[in-house]
Amino acid sequence: MNGLVVSGFSVDHGAIRAIDSLSFTVTAGQLAAVIGANGSGKTTLLRSLSGLKAPTTGQATWQGISLLGKKPEELARQGVLHVSDGKSVIPELTVKENLALGGIWRRDKKDVAAATAEVIDLFPRLGERMSQSADTLSGGERQMLAIGRALVSRPKLLLLDEPSLGLAPLVIEQIFQTINDLRHKLGLTVVIVEQNAMSALRIADIGVIMNLGKLVAEGRASDLMNDPALRAAYLGY
Amino acid sequence: MDQLISAILIGLSQGAIYSLMALALVLVFRSTRVINFAQAGQAVISTYIGWEVVTRTGNYWLALPIAAIAGAIVGAAVESFLMRPLSKRASKGAIAPVASVILTLGLLGVLHSGAAIIWKGDQKLLESPVSAMGVTVGETVYPFSQTDFLIIGTALLVMLTFSFIFQRTNLGLALRASAFQPEIARLSGVRVDRIRAIGWAFAGAAGAIAGVLVTPGSALSPNSLDLLLVFGFVAAVIGGLESLIGAALGGILLGLTLSFVGLYIGTSLTFVVPFVILILVLLIKPSGLIGGRKSRNA
Repeated sequence: MNGLVVSGFSVDHGAIRAIDSLSFTVTAGQLAAVIGANGSGKTTLLRSLSGLKAPTTGQATWQGISLLGKKPEELARQGVLHVSDGKSVIPELTVKENLALGGIWRRDKKDVAAATAEVIDLFPRLGERMSQSADTLSGGERQMLAIGRALVSRPKLLLLDEPSLGLAPLVIEQIFQTINDLRHKLGLTVVIVEQNAMSALRIADIGVIMNLGKLVAEGRASDLMNDPALRAAYLGY
Repeated sequence: MDQLISAILIGLSQGAIYSLMALALVLVFRSTRVINFAQAGQAVISTYIGWEVVTRTGNYWLALPIAAIAGAIVGAAVESFLMRPLSKRASKGAIAPVASVILTLGLLGVLHSGAAIIWKGDQKLLESPVSAMGVTVGETVYPFSQTDFLIIGTALLVMLTFSFIFQRTNLGLALRASAFQPEIARLSGVRVDRIRAIGWAFAGAAGAIAGVLVTPGSALSPNSLDLLLVFGFVAAVIGGLESLIGAALGGILLGLTLSFVGLYIGTSLTFVVPFVILILVLLIKPSGLIGGRKSRNA
């Protein structure tokens, strides 16, 4: 099966079941928005898909190969890149070093240089701040840097945890637009986990709505956006 | 004036050794949050290996790198076979925050006893390859020797090498990233476990070099480097415990202070002063005199 297939997926935090037999499929090249309030299990889902946490039961495969039982660093090297909560950069390092981190383990140094140049092209503001430490960046710039670092690794499956967190509305729109452009240009498969339902569903092919660890609805993003019951109960607009 | 120059040079030479031990402690602490008391034991085992080399070949210059390599291997082994499994097994309950420190204390005992069993408890001499006699300039004999210059030079070389690796190489970037934000480093594709073992190896090498440099001034026995560990720890605290530059400067500062105290006040205070400094730094500026948040970057 092509793409990302999650089936019968349950994850526990001690005695608390954070995700309860969740199943959904993202076809390769699609963008999926996983929507849900705080505590709905979205972040736990991404942490389990990227190897940071082991699920209790269930399967998760990417292009037919299981994601489970592998270390995050090995998954990253296979093109599964998880940009964790919001601004996943290392503040003590410079912008340049943060970007370099995505490529130091790659053999093809020429392509690392090419990918880095593409990132700077995409986010000129990072290019202007290459030698600054990452903690001098604004929230939006940090998000750009985190995505940029993942791009230097030449991702195939990009897992983004709340890219809108703490950002101004204009910056949010810009980030989402960039993500949308990127996945068309690079043929990426993207899973975005978001509380900001509107922004995410607008660029998504499919939506997955979660509540308290359970799947509420799954389908075409446009259908979900237009479903009055879902809008009232889960999408908040 | 002569006295002052002598005090400075001796302070630098002793301080350089404290700096190396402080580096060993800081390298481990900032990457794994472990105060490695076993470092004294690791260093003493490595120094005994250096002593074996000198005894068999008579070549101190060969002993220094071999002891450093031995120290690196021991350091990597401690991380890979003890600390890493421990962090998985003792991750919950009252023991979790202190398990690693307690383990290093246990390991220190094991290494001490191991050294005593293999090499007996008697004192071994490790001669310096250069003169330990005071340098004579004109009519005056200064209390510092060629050995002091050897110590300062070697320590400087080690620090410059470390500084180059940490600031200019991909390995150094991986080491810093793994120390600052291990989870983000992992998600970026850095093999953090392996990198940590390399960090412990660097620490082990620094401790071993400190041991081989300090021993010609006294004698080698299973416990002979324990005081060096304490002084290294004081230097690391002065430097803020997370900064490599802080550790280096902290060692020099401690060395100079002890040298001046010894010269102008009296050697009877040499053993109490480091502890007084330690307590004062912790009470007045626990983040370190040279440290501070920014120092993590270095």
